[in-house]
Amino acid sequence: MGLLSDPVRRRALARLVLRLNAPLCVLSYVAGIAWFLALAFPPLTQRTYMSENAMGSTMVEEQFAGGDRARGFARDFAAHRRKSGALPVAWLERTMRSVGLEVYTQSFSRKLPFPDETHERYVVAGTNVYGILRAPRAASTESLVLTVPCGSDSTNSQAVGLLLALAAHFRGQIYWAKDIIFLVTEHDLLGTEAWLEAYHDTNVTGMQSSPLQGRAGAIQAALALELSSDMVTSLDVAVEGLNGQLPNLDLLNLFQTFCQKGGLLCTLQGKLQPQDWTSADGPLQGLQTLLLMVLQQASGRPHGPHGLFLRYRVEALTLRGINSFRQYKYDLVAVGKALEGMFRKLNHLLERLHQSFFLYLLAALARFVSIGLYMPAVGFLLLVLGLKALELWMRLHEAGAGPAEVGAASAPGTPLPPAQGVGLASLVAPLLISQAMGVALYTLPVLGQHVATQHFPVAEAEAVVLTLLAIYAAGLALPHSTHRVVSAQAPDRGWMALKLVALIYLALQLACIALTNFSLGFLLAATMVPAAALTEPCGPRPFYAALLVLTSPAATLLGSLFLWRELQEAPLSLAEGWQLFLGALAQGVLEHHTYGALLFPLLALGIYPCWLLFWNVLFWK
Amino acid sequence: MAAAVPLAVLALLLLGPGGWGYAEPLRDSLREELVITPLPSGDVAATFQFRTRWDSDLLQEEGTDHYFLRYAVLPREVVCTENLTPWKKLLPCSSKAGLSVLLKADRLFHTSYHSQAVHIRPVCRNARCTSVSWELRQTLSVVFDAFVTGQGKKDWSLFRMFSRTLTEPCPLASESRVYVDITSSSQDNETLEVNPPPLTTYQDVILGTRKTYAVYDLLDMAVISSSRNLNIQLKWKRPLENEAPPVPFLHAQRYVSGYGLQKGELSTLLYNTHPYRAFPVLLLDTVPWYLRLYVHTLTITSKGKENKPSYIHYQPAQDRLQPHLLEMLIQLPANSVSKVSIQFERALLKWTEYTPDPNHGFYVSPSVISALVPSMVAAKPVDWEESPLFSSLFPVSDSSSYFVRLYTEPLLVSLPTPDFSMPYNVICLTCTVVAVCYGSFYNLLTRTFHIEEPSTGGLAKRLANLIRRARGVPPL
Repeated sequence: MGLLSDPVRRRALARLVLRLNAPLCVLSYVAGIAWFLALAFPPLTQRTYMSENAMGSTMVEEQFAGGDRARGFARDFAAHRRKSGALPVAWLERTMRSVGLEVYTQSFSRKLPFPDETHERYVVAGTNVYGILRAPRAASTESLVLTVPCGSDSTNSQAVGLLLALAAHFRGQIYWAKDIIFLVTEHDLLGTEAWLEAYHDTNVTGMQSSPLQGRAGAIQAALALELSSDMVTSLDVAVEGLNGQLPNLDLLNLFQTFCQKGGLLCTLQGKLQPQDWTSADGPLQGLQTLLLMVLQQASGRPHGPHGLFLRYRVEALTLRGINSFRQYKYDLVAVGKALEGMFRKLNHLLERLHQSFFLYLLAALARFVSIGLYMPAVGFLLLVLGLKALELWMRLHEAGAGPAEVGAASAPGTPLPPAQGVGLASLVAPLLISQAMGVALYTLPVLGQHVATQHFPVAEAEAVVLTLLAIYAAGLALPHSTHRVVSAQAPDRGWMALKLVALIYLALQLACIALTNFSLGFLLAATMVPAAALTEPCGPRPFYAALLVLTSPAATLLGSLFLWRELQEAPLSLAEGWQLFLGALAQGVLEHHTYGALLFPLLALGIYPCWLLFWNVLFWK
Repeated sequence: MAAAVPLAVLALLLLGPGGWGYAEPLRDSLREELVITPLPSGDVAATFQFRTRWDSDLLQEEGTDHYFLRYAVLPREVVCTENLTPWKKLLPCSSKAGLSVLLKADRLFHTSYHSQAVHIRPVCRNARCTSVSWELRQTLSVVFDAFVTGQGKKDWSLFRMFSRTLTEPCPLASESRVYVDITSSSQDNETLEVNPPPLTTYQDVILGTRKTYAVYDLLDMAVISSSRNLNIQLKWKRPLENEAPPVPFLHAQRYVSGYGLQKGELSTLLYNTHPYRAFPVLLLDTVPWYLRLYVHTLTITSKGKENKPSYIHYQPAQDRLQPHLLEMLIQLPANSVSKVSIQFERALLKWTEYTPDPNHGFYVSPSVISALVPSMVAAKPVDWEESPLFSSLFPVSDSSSYFVRLYTEPLLVSLPTPDFSMPYNVICLTCTVVAVCYGSFYNLLTRTFHIEEPSTGGLAKRLANLIRRARGVPPL
């Protein structure tokens, strides 16, 4: 610290920072992006390994052989479902009871804030059915969950069949130390959310549901299963949960162990695992998987019903059976054996899964990047904001000290306290107005949907999305409205102070986001940082304006959608992309209201107002 | 009922006898009983009861001193073979003869429910209670699961259950009997068949319902002599439909609600399924000190309305010394569910206070619910000394109700737990470094630095300056 407390050296350092600011910023930004791209390459990505002793060395033998039984159950279920048009609750109850479970049902209803057009639902009412296998002689303090979501579009009848066959097999075994809950939910994630809220007796999202009659203690782990054919070619595993939460890496390792043991073909993000990590091909393929995971995690939406369990600190995974045009197929017995093995090993757990990583990125099923290695990427990006803020602070400071002292190394005068001359009052108006804009963006679309449908020929869902876009675009007119309020006392100092505040605000927000959801933090930083660093009222204004608009949160979302489909090898046309974008906006708002996803409020109340501040700086007069 | 109760140690040290048993007790050494109850689900419940009595020199003192009342629970312990072996050693015939030959660990721990108990109490020997006998009752209940052990079949025999048959009574026993519940068979004729046919039957009101038992007295030579052993067999004549078991009038459920590691709520649901009678229950809760209860949040709701308990005794916890004790008398309306909930905050323990497996969670002991449940059938008062042991464990003087004590499930609560591993140390170290850096950065940011002119003059200059200031002239 001696370097900073010595005024002479301090001044020298300040000059260095001022002179080398631009190259340093560019270097730092490039370093951040390069670091991120290097994450898929071997020194940074490591092999996964099982940390949990209770699951590692103990071997289990899978004896599940109920493939025919599972198919029979699945056929019956599908037939009953077709007949009743909804979840055949009575049949499920009867069947679960006949395989020896303690059966309960839970009914729930939820009126969505506006009609969900992708899933075609508005007022949702359904029933969850669950059966509990009580562990013999244990006290029902711990449990495991196997859940199958049944939606309107995905019938999942094979998964229900496998669940029932597994239940019948598990019921005959004597080694269970934890209760096992077999849960079939209606309306996929809404049902899961209703059940979880009722199980924990909380109400997070305004769901109306009947209280649960039967419980089985603290849930230790959960697996969700989605299957829609009797044969599968591969099993895909989904890890990303609500708000980018991830399950403990050991659970994924467990899945991978049984994939290898059973010779199953397992994929992550629909991508096969590259075999060769020494040449460039493997890491490049890993980079695609990594990017897909980053996009998926940044979206903050649960990538399967398991995502909702993570809020309650229940480690969970979703397994999806994929049936594609490969030659080698597996039947339900293979999947059932993998599940049996996983449950038996989870049954051995003495503590909650806690040994392995909670924060990681996956380049492949067996390759991960730990938090210590990926954080520098976002650190370098945020350093740009810090450097820019430092530069502005010094320039403001010098401007306050008077022109005579600018760059004068010999100036012996004591530095003035800088903030006094800036006129913080002039910052209040833009800050308040942009923040108010954010609040309007957050509240008005849902509140004003009925007004909009009365006056315009649009449906509610469209009204919400269009209002959202309208308010978002209206924010661009902000500089004109704020300038009437702002007193033009010192124009140059004014924008500098505003930009300084905006830079610090953005850096703080991005740092906090990156800590909890690295992917979102990194995506936002990678797009917003250059524009935020460059923006100033002098210089090529149209270029800056175009750059700012292109890196605004909404444009990032649109770009991410294109990138996502490109990586999935299903490229979008422009019109499709636009439709998908509108759908994603509606889903984002809906997920905030139905599951408590935080991306929408974060963008509306945090990032968007901050972005408006930069827009304001650009059009400062 | 597949739910099991953990090992609960109830140590009641009452000086002086309880409120019953004033009649001259039989000074028997041992009575043993096995009650077999076939359940409609196909499961079979078997309950052993052994009663040993011996004289003691203890002299009766006046009254009961509640100062010596102790209550302790060990919610974590699950009963296993280690608990059975010493328990068997307390029996006079150990496991050599009589009913105790059936106590084979590998079968008893192949069941879906297992409960083992030891009750010890002094019993008066005469009406004035001048001398006292000690009574030791050992009970063991197991429920054999038709799904696991019966391989889907619902017929049972002693041999299938215990892989042993009865051959001889314990020579020390004054009474040695096997009771088989044949109530369903006697009501709607012949759903159940017992083989060999019983010589006698016994009728009584147990827990509010009328029951019929087939009795096999091992001391009666006719029972065993025919084939040198007794292997009681149960056969269901009609296949049973998978119906839900009848719901008892009083049952309870307990759980932790909420999520996150800061706060939570303990909820106990008390079900009174009696169609028209309300009755009071006594709820006793002991909660460890590291769950800091907010007593003002205690709410009891029945049928959507607030239910004020008629009696509350609360003893707050002291950190590391004693748990919370909460005792309430609650009236349960007829046909209702009452919810007792209280919020708590999870305390941070000192790092040495965590158990070796902190991420497993911490146990909260079960609540104890004691109640006099109204009976559907009026029981006639019986002589407690003559009636079977299983009907007299909790004798009640009033014939219109019966005593029930329920234990809810224990709870597993996660406390905020540091990560006791290498990254944790790293985090601690990093935080220390950051804290040190923060201090000096803060110092730098909040202070301004002046270049101090080397002071030339000493005392003289200061004095001169003082004078100049007094004169209003700028100092040197």
